[in-house]
Formats: sequence, structure tokens, C-alpha cells
Amino acid sequence: MTAVDDLIRDAGAYYCIECGKCTTVCPIANANPEFAPRLIVVKAMAGIANVALEPDIWRCMTCETCSEMCPYNVLYSEFIRGLRAEAVSTGIVPVCSQHDLMQTMMRIMATPGIEQNRLGWVTPDLKIADKGEVFYFTGCLPQMSTIFRDQEDVNLLGIAQSAVKIFNRAGITPVVSNQEVCCGHDLNWTGDEVNFEKLMRINLDLIKKSGAAKVVFTCAECLRTFEIDYQDIAGDLDYELLHISEFVDDLVAEGKITFDGVEEKVTYHDPCRLGRHLGIYDAPRNVIGAIEGMDLIEMERTREKSACCGVSAWLTCDSIAKEMQLARMMEAVGTGGDKLITSCPKCQIHLRCAISEEMPIEREKADIPIEDFTILVANSIKAGA
Amino acid sequence: MEPKIVAFCCKWCSSAGADLAGTSRMKYPPNIRIIRVMCSGRIEPSYILRALELGADGVIVTGCHLGDCHYIAGNEQAKKRVEMTTELLETMGIDPRRLRLEWISASEGARFASVMTDFVEEIKELGPSPLGGVS
Ligand code: SF4
Ligand code: SF4
Ligand code: SF4
Repeated sequence: MTAVDDLIRDAGAYYCIECGKCTTVCPIANANPEFAPRLIVVKAMAGIANVALEPDIWRCMTCETCSEMCPYNVLYSEFIRGLRAEAVSTGIVPVCSQHDLMQTMMRIMATPGIEQNRLGWVTPDLKIADKGEVFYFTGCLPQMSTIFRDQEDVNLLGIAQSAVKIFNRAGITPVVSNQEVCCGHDLNWTGDEVNFEKLMRINLDLIKKSGAAKVVFTCAECLRTFEIDYQDIAGDLDYELLHISEFVDDLVAEGKITFDGVEEKVTYHDPCRLGRHLGIYDAPRNVIGAIEGMDLIEMERTREKSACCGVSAWLTCDSIAKEMQLARMMEAVGTGGDKLITSCPKCQIHLRCAISEEMPIEREKADIPIEDFTILVANSIKAGA
Repeated sequence: MEPKIVAFCCKWCSSAGADLAGTSRMKYPPNIRIIRVMCSGRIEPSYILRALELGADGVIVTGCHLGDCHYIAGNEQAKKRVEMTTELLETMGIDPRRLRLEWISASEGARFASVMTDFVEEIKELGPSPLGGVS
């Protein structure tokens, strides 16, 4: 058995009954008739050398729309992830957008002994600690905020600040650490398993030392990485992993936070990592529903059928991605809502990117404010409560 | 150990400045490795990070003076990018003094030599980069 055979088997591709549903729903196959997830498997059966240079293995967004529809749960995303690692081990260097800036930054973060300055966003009103029950994992928000500082209205640091505000309101002083490093999601999905594991070890050591019983995330990718990829390699973690929406959902149920009434109509974009990868659909909706006066209007493609933001791991930015982003923004405008809410900072970056430049359609058709879920929640909490 | 420094020089001004320094027999330390590019606006933040990742102790980006860019505004682009990268390095815990941006025209051979001498001095004071050639 070669490594590629193992990948095909682990993805469950031998159970495929050739029904073709995966290709029917795949957003890439819809834009490019030459692309089909099954075809990649067929080509890979002839060995890694046969597919290492195939653009298709880098074009899949690993959005799992295909697996969601597959009657046999064939998991192409995992197959693609493994293929990429194999391709990289044969010397292939993937071409990432921003000229590999993100991946370079992540590899540098994997170097031990660098004293970062990543907590500049912690204003004096925010209470954080070194040790405690709850660890708030900020991810790359501080770095992304610098990299995308020219993107109008993007408020990535506001996500981290809002999270701490929410914790503080509920009487919790979260652990926020200057030693935290990138979760490694994008390295893991671009075939760099070596540096991915280095980052993982740094984070797992750090969280262990903090004594936390719960780790809360505001980024869908970070949560997926801990929940699935870290536990795959490092075994079961002995603390709970929660998305901020789940954490707030519990706080609301316990009556620990209440919201001010607002008259607002919003729509919600399920990020693939939070939705299809982890199955978290209800928590964000419950929380939005608990905000008095806030109306959630669903888009046509929602929950399991949610559209992808077009780019994953900084690999797949092209005209297909731009079309997908515009289509998604138009769908959001079509709901008549006041804003589009999402819970993945990168969905926000990519969707916003499509409307930040000249568009092939009239601006009004796709222009709607985008806000992160965490910021929406922090701004709606009742003052003093 | 002698520091290794990468200097990105644009074709039209600063690398002509480097040539002038050379033909005029001006001295500057041998720590500088020049990479000539068509325009300072060609320099991506990732090139700077990549140079540091590969073990450079300092990176200097040089171009035509503002207003003199051969491609009109490439150097303004470079300025924006270097500013962004400086902020990023700060957050990442890499001393932002390891990155410098300087405007050097084709007639400024002496300035080329003095800027490079000064930068090498500064990097020597900072000591070796914490990334010291990881890959
Ligand atoms: S993961 Fe997404 S992009 Fe990749 S084959 Fe499946 S549906 Fe297509
Ligand atoms: S949906 Fe599943 S069973 Fe059907 S063709 Fe695709 S992989 Fe095969
Ligand atoms: S969509 Fe925009 S932000 Fe996202 S990868 Fe492409 S260029 Fe970058």
C-alpha cells in the first residue's frame, strides 16, 4: 500500500457508488466542467507523481459540500489534505495568494523562543489573566488586522476585544496569552505537516500550563483545527473546546447575560469550518434569536447548504472565487437584511475583498455591511447586566 | 559572526546608485547582498519575511525618491508595504529595526555607501536575528 492508497481508503472513496452527487453540488465543478472530485481519486490511483502537479488538488476548497451530499460520506477534503502533504513531500511548492505571506508568517511563528508582542489590542478596560478556567484563543487576529489594514471597515481586533468584553460581562477573566501562536490551519491544508505540528505543540503546552478547563474560539478554522486535527495527532485533549457562539448560548440559557432590544434585520453566513466540518449551526442562531427585536432572515443557501467564501488556506483565490463571493453577497443583499453576520474572520476578509474593488455589477446589488458574530453579540449585551 | 543583509534595489535609481558607489571606489561593508528588482513596488511583504526566515539579519528596501519613480508611484506602494510589514514584524516579535526603507537616487553613490554602512552598524548592534536560518 502506498501513502496515496491509504488516503483513498481513509477517505472512504472505495465505497463510492458513482452517483455523481458530489460533482453536482461542488461549486468548483459547477464553474469548471473539467473538475470533479472523483476524477482526482482516479488520477491519484496511478500514484502521487500523476497528481502532484494537477492544479485540481490545489483548487478544491475543502468546503465539504460534496461530503454533505454523499450517501456514503466519502470525505474528499481529508483526501485532498493528505494528497497535498504527499505532493509537498515530493518537492512541490504550492502557490498561495499574498505571495505566501501568511504561510511564511506561520512558519516563522513555529520558531521557538521568539517573544511576540501580540497583545497590543488589550485596552485597559479589558480584564485578562495568565491562568484560569477559560482560555480565549485569539488566533491570528492581531497579524491579520495588520495585513488587511487597508481593507475598509474590517475590524479584526474588534473581534478579540468583543470576546473579552463578553467574558468580562459574564464575570469571567479569560486567559489570553502573548505566547499563543497560529493554530496552523493554513499550513495543514497546504501540505506543511512539519511546521503545523510545531505550532500545535507550542499551543498545547501553553494551554496545559494555563490550567484551563475550557478553550473558547472566535475563529471557525482554529476550532476545527483543535477539535479534529490536533486531537487526531495528539489524542484527546482534556479540556472542552467551544466556539464563542456555543459559550454565549450557554450563558444566555443560564441567564448570565441579557441583551438590549434592537430593531435590526440580519442574515447569517455559515462558515464551512464551523458548519459542515463541525456541525455547529444552532448555537449562533439561538444567540441571534435571543437578542430582542433582532430578526434573522435566512439566505437560500444556508446551514448544510451554505455557500463557501471561495478561498481556503490562501490557495484558491481566482475568478471562480470572485464569482462565488459576489453571488454570496448578492444573496445576502436579497434577504433585505441590514447586515451579513459571519463567525469566521477569513470569510469576512474574502467576502469583503470581492466588494472592495470594482465590480462587474452595480454596487448596490452586492454591497451589504459584514459584521462578525462576536462583535454583534458584544454590542447587544445589556449595559451593566 | 558577520551579519547577512539583503538589499532590494530598484533598477532605475538605487541599483544605479550602487553602481556609482562601485565605479567611484567608495567603500561599504561586504555584508550587503544586493537583489536588483525592476521597481521597489515589486517588493512584497512576503519577500521581506522570507528573507528573514531564510536567515537574513536585516532587510533594506531601496528605491527612487518619492515623486521620481520610473513607474510613477511604485515607490509609494513600497512605502505602504514596508510600513505594514514593520507593524507585522513588531507583533511577531522581530525587531522592526531589522527592516529599513531608504530612497537613493542614481546620482547618490556616496549616499548608497553611507546608508549601507549605517545599516550594517545598526544590525551589528542588534546582534543575530532570532530566526538565524531556520530552513
Ligand atoms: S470539498 Fe468543496 S470544492 Fe472540494 S470537491 Fe468537495 S465540494 Fe468541491
Ligand atoms: S456523492 Fe459519494 S457516492 Fe456519489 S459519486 Fe460522489 S463520492 Fe461517490
Ligand atoms: S479573496 Fe481577497 S483577501 Fe481573500 S485571498 Fe483573495 S485577494 Fe486575498
